[in-house]
Amino acid sequence: MTEKVLKDKSKVLPGDVIAEDDSLAGSGTYKENGKVKSRVVGIARTKKSRIRVIPLCGGYIPQEEDNVIGRITGIGPSHWWVELDSPYDGYLSISEGSNEFIDLDNTELSDVYDIGDIIYTEAIKVTKEKDVKLSMQDRICKKLSGGRLIRISPSKVPRLIGKGGSMVEMIKNETGSRIIIGQNGIVWVSGGDEDLTVEAVELVDEKGHEKGLTEKVEKLLNK
Amino acid sequence: MMEITEIEKQSALDKIKKGERLDGRGLKDFRDIKIDVGVAKKAEGSAQVELGESKVIAGVKFGMGEPFPDTPDEGMLMVNAELGPMASPNFESGPPGKNATEIARVVDRGIRECEALPLKDLCVEEGERVWKVMVDIHVLDHDGNLLDASALAGVKALLEAKMPGFEDSKVLRDEEHEFKMEKVPVTCTVAKIEDKYVIDPDIIEEKVVDSMVTVTWTEDELCSLQKRGNGGLTKNELLEMFELAREKTEELRQTTL
Amino acid sequence: MGKNKDMDLLKNGKRIDGRGKEDLRELEAKAGILKRADGSGYFRMGNTEAVAAVFGPRELHPKHKQKPQRGILQCRYNLAPFSVDDRKRPGPSRRGKEIGKVAEGALSSAVFLEEFPTATIDVYMEVISADAGTRCVALNAGSIALADAGIPMKGLISSCAAGKIEDTPVLDLKGEEDMNGQVDLPIAMNAETGEITLLQMDGMTDIEEMDEMMDLAIKGCKKVAEKQKEALMETF
Repeated sequence: MTEKVLKDKSKVLPGDVIAEDDSLAGSGTYKENGKVKSRVVGIARTKKSRIRVIPLCGGYIPQEEDNVIGRITGIGPSHWWVELDSPYDGYLSISEGSNEFIDLDNTELSDVYDIGDIIYTEAIKVTKEKDVKLSMQDRICKKLSGGRLIRISPSKVPRLIGKGGSMVEMIKNETGSRIIIGQNGIVWVSGGDEDLTVEAVELVDEKGHEKGLTEKVEKLLNK
Repeated sequence: MMEITEIEKQSALDKIKKGERLDGRGLKDFRDIKIDVGVAKKAEGSAQVELGESKVIAGVKFGMGEPFPDTPDEGMLMVNAELGPMASPNFESGPPGKNATEIARVVDRGIRECEALPLKDLCVEEGERVWKVMVDIHVLDHDGNLLDASALAGVKALLEAKMPGFEDSKVLRDEEHEFKMEKVPVTCTVAKIEDKYVIDPDIIEEKVVDSMVTVTWTEDELCSLQKRGNGGLTKNELLEMFELAREKTEELRQTTL
Repeated sequence: MGKNKDMDLLKNGKRIDGRGKEDLRELEAKAGILKRADGSGYFRMGNTEAVAAVFGPRELHPKHKQKPQRGILQCRYNLAPFSVDDRKRPGPSRRGKEIGKVAEGALSSAVFLEEFPTATIDVYMEVISADAGTRCVALNAGSIALADAGIPMKGLISSCAAGKIEDTPVLDLKGEEDMNGQVDLPIAMNAETGEITLLQMDGMTDIEEMDEMMDLAIKGCKKVAEKQKEALMETF
């Protein structure tokens, strides 16, 4: 297959031909006239007999099983609306709002999550029309208060997490901060050396696709 | 883009209470300032000011017009500002809103009140024809403190401007005549957050400002003031803020003009 | 300024700025120049320059404009008041609206809009300095901004005008040539596939000349595409 892949591991732009055999087309690509072309600015990578383009930029579009950080923007009779820094707001129903029973006779929904509150939540269902159903059932989901909030490019989230969580673990260990990362590029940091943690996260955002990122972050943390 | 959150506001506030800032600046420091002149090639004078990540272009055009009846022998100054939809996800197309109008008017007053422009020299034919000096301010990127950035861009564009010629009822744009400002007003906003004075608030800090005052100084005189924001200030506080603005405008004058 | 019949636009094969018939003006391109926008670009051809910002995909308001099957792309084209000889009054003009509309057509065809049901991608194009070819320069900046925003696209859109002066087809008219010339033919295309996504023409010509001018414009677009790619490659 290698001879049919023209641009493995290189930087590509929308419309660039990256492979001659369209059966190889993976995510971030499209097929045209039997060829595989890139649809975004990204890095071409072959993996499991597919060629993919890993985007270097771009906004967030919700996907099922993503954990995201959102902001409560509306409260209905039995649900909340949650802004996700995406064109599509999330819908959090009262039954998914908590793993404890919410008794509407004695509680207002705004006592649970009020407008402006920041939550770490999970997209459990995303329809073709991009209706996004959220849930707080998982025990890692929670309301976030205090700390710092950083916005990074969603395309840099995989780098911030690192292979098997290595990058974020390294930052946590060195700074003593708690870090929660939303797939939508919103990062919450609390405790420890918050300033240093923010600096490290911003460094990953800025240099996320350069070589030797781990060393650069290490250097900053050991300064 | 998600609005600025309570968490972000609170962290900005916590820093300021300690005399620090999120981006590591001192409370009385401007962000980095970068100025490029001659950026708009069709303008008679132009300047792009980057104040941190805020970015503003000002262009000066000269035109011929009829003077105001009460000043038949004086040229005219017009300042306009646009916060176009490009500058922020929260701006919309349409006629200038309150913020754009305030920017334009505060910049205008700074230039007008100290008589920075030689308006009498801009009269071509009394009561009939005078030069109009039109300063247009375009905000490209909004990261806070647009007023200081706009005022600086406007004045820098005027300092760079060359006047076209005029003959047989025609403006001759190929000609370049000297256009000299008589005074150079410099503008600085001083914000009060908690009990601290803060210079050059960024977009998050602007959300936690109690009140601020935008001050324009010539080298030795105060020429325009605008109190902004919803909080109140005492006379003593105001006097301190004017003094601080004087210090900072002098610094701007030395480093940027 | 009216037409000046006496103006010598072509002398011994050289144009008023010394260019040959098939030469573009100097090109400059940048990507990622603004912070607030999701993507941004700058393009310059000679003395014509424009900045573009892209926001989105984001929620489209008012809701009745939303399409359940696909997103939409909206363009705003605006001349800065100081971009022209006699100051332009700020605010929308009929010309600006028309250009916004054809720009929407030119860019939409390249974007995978079906992936963003109900959403909008907004492209704001601001001409800082106008010396003819403003829609082309604005589109070139706009296309860079779309790529910079990570919007999935089939390819970049590149734009360039050809025209006719002194009965001769030439590439990339500048102000005086546009003003006193006979034909102005801006096109935009995917330079990779040859798909033309914008075409307008003012003036009198025939098929043979059109053929020649289109070839010229296509050549110009290809050079523009190289410059756009260079800028994106440098930024990322």
